Amino acid sequence: MAKGLTKKYGEFIALNGIDFSVQKGESFGFLGPNGAGKSTTMRIIASTLTRTSGDITVLGKDPEVSGPEIRAHLGVVPQQDNLDQALSVSDNLYIYGRYFGLPRKFIRSKIDELLDFAALTDKRDSKVEALSGGMKRRLTIARALISEPKILMLDEPTTGLDPQARHILWDRLFRLKEQGVTLLITTHYMDEAEQLCDRLMVMDKGSIMAEDSPSGLIKKFSTKEVLEVRFGSDRNAQVAEKLKTLCERMELLPDRILLYADDAEKVLDEIHKIGLHPVTSLVRRSSLEDVFLRLTGRTLVE
Amino acid sequence: MITSAAVAIAEARIGRPGNSVYSGRSRAIIERAYLAFRSSVWIVVATGFLEPVMYLFSFGYGVGKLIGKIEVLPGHYISYAAFIAPALLATSAMNGAIYDATWNVFFKIRFDRVYQGMLATSLGPMDVALGEIGWALLRGLVYAIAFMSIIAGLGLITTPWALMAIPAAVLISFGFAAVGMAVTTYMKSFEQMNVINIVMLPMFLFSGSFYPLSIYPGWLQAFIKALPLWHGVALIRSLSLGMISASLIPHVIYFLVMIAVGLFFTTRRLTQLFMR
Ligand SMILES: Nc1ncnc2c1ncn2[C@@H]1O[C@H](COP(=O)(O)OP(=O)(O)O)[C@@H](O)[C@H]1O
Ligand SMILES: [Mg+2]
Repeated sequence: MAKGLTKKYGEFIALNGIDFSVQKGESFGFLGPNGAGKSTTMRIIASTLTRTSGDITVLGKDPEVSGPEIRAHLGVVPQQDNLDQALSVSDNLYIYGRYFGLPRKFIRSKIDELLDFAALTDKRDSKVEALSGGMKRRLTIARALISEPKILMLDEPTTGLDPQARHILWDRLFRLKEQGVTLLITTHYMDEAEQLCDRLMVMDKGSIMAEDSPSGLIKKFSTKEVLEVRFGSDRNAQVAEKLKTLCERMELLPDRILLYADDAEKVLDEIHKIGLHPVTSLVRRSSLEDVFLRLTGRTLVE
Repeated sequence: MITSAAVAIAEARIGRPGNSVYSGRSRAIIERAYLAFRSSVWIVVATGFLEPVMYLFSFGYGVGKLIGKIEVLPGHYISYAAFIAPALLATSAMNGAIYDATWNVFFKIRFDRVYQGMLATSLGPMDVALGEIGWALLRGLVYAIAFMSIIAGLGLITTPWALMAIPAAVLISFGFAAVGMAVTTYMKSFEQMNVINIVMLPMFLFSGSFYPLSIYPGWLQAFIKALPLWHGVALIRSLSLGMISASLIPHVIYFLVMIAVGLFFTTRRLTQLFMR
């Protein structure tokens, strides 16, 4: 879908010639820290931002030529909610349907269904400002669905939500996925990427670092298990040298040391054998966080 | 590939000129404005209309007592109130249009994200421009009709041609709304927005609303004749007095140009602001 896609804001290069393609029906994730260029990419796909150079086709069309037709296919959930503050919850859904040119009768029946989907039926006549963060997010998603899009684009759908609100949202997105809706999701949460995405593109500073399924990425860029040990922040660096030889790869973070190996228990035993005793130790399976650390030398959430 | 009603609606317009910025649905924007308007503050709505009414009473009847009749054509005299009423009608249309097209639009652009929401749908920037301007125009029209009813009730209308002042008021509203919105899209601060008000008041006071332009020196007359409100006042005054002639055509053209220029720049600027 995209080839050599580049976006500059003035002199600043936000996207540096990226290539990717998304298949129909899949759920595709853009994973990367703040400033990676995720929103920029999403907005170019959604034809609300022009590219500086490179090619992109969405459903076989150029977003700069066929903007309205492309947007008719999409349901867009932007990073920052842009609900209509002057209107009630149900009017927000209603007028959005009208923007797409849908008949009033069709919209009215759709509103009930979507309010139910978003668990907002009892808020139907409330003003938008009276909603909690999670409710606003659900309303934005419901609004994006008013035109029955086959492609739903979600820019950081759960950033800033509490865990419970996140899980409710994930559940709704799963349901859509089951119905065959193509999902494009950006996130800087690894658990979200792991849960929702079939395929992931890891981005950093306007470039693509890697692209694969979540498990594929872990297999490719990390070991099966990780041992996290802490010796206290001043000693971590001291002992790190000695630990290096015990594992396949080591990452020294300010507060802890990560030791990568397929059998992390064994590494822990060996640490004890050479007479070192970490304050805390934890054996866990590798995650996308480890992939990201490996690819960029930085953690995802600073 | 047609997968939903929304797609079918958008694809029906493929091949039409301008279909990347306009999808023929500015009605939806007007509908939105109406939904939002239902919860607006009525006192604010009433003020814009009452302003010219108050001028009519204070100047028309107060100052009018001192002045007596005015000669508009050789041998043709009308009361001072009847002289200023058409000017106030034009002003009414202008006020109605300007309020929605400037301050309301300014807040939406700077502090709200509604336009981003609209432009993420299959609407184009020109739908938004036309819709917002269309709503402002409607308000200008309502103010004009209300004012017309008042002056008709006071017996200040003497010819059926005066009814033509209503479509003229629509034209004037449209012109002011289009240019007002275009200017607003370039404004960055409240201070800059206040400039609009600072321009509007003198334009109202000096555009021949209260006395014929002939009392000014030639150069000043020429300057005022370049301002839009003078064209509005001249147009509506002629219509209300039943003076129909080809000399009205330039006024009409003036407003048509305002509409075209305003729409063009508004569309372009909305694209720059929200789609770049
Ligand atoms: N309108 C803009 N003008 C200038 N710089 C921008 C603009 N939008 C984004 N950027 C910059 O481009 C980079 C990528 O931004 P963005 O796509 O929002 O990243 P992400 O969504 O991954 O956090 C950031 O460094 C950001 O500061
Ligand atoms: Mg972002």
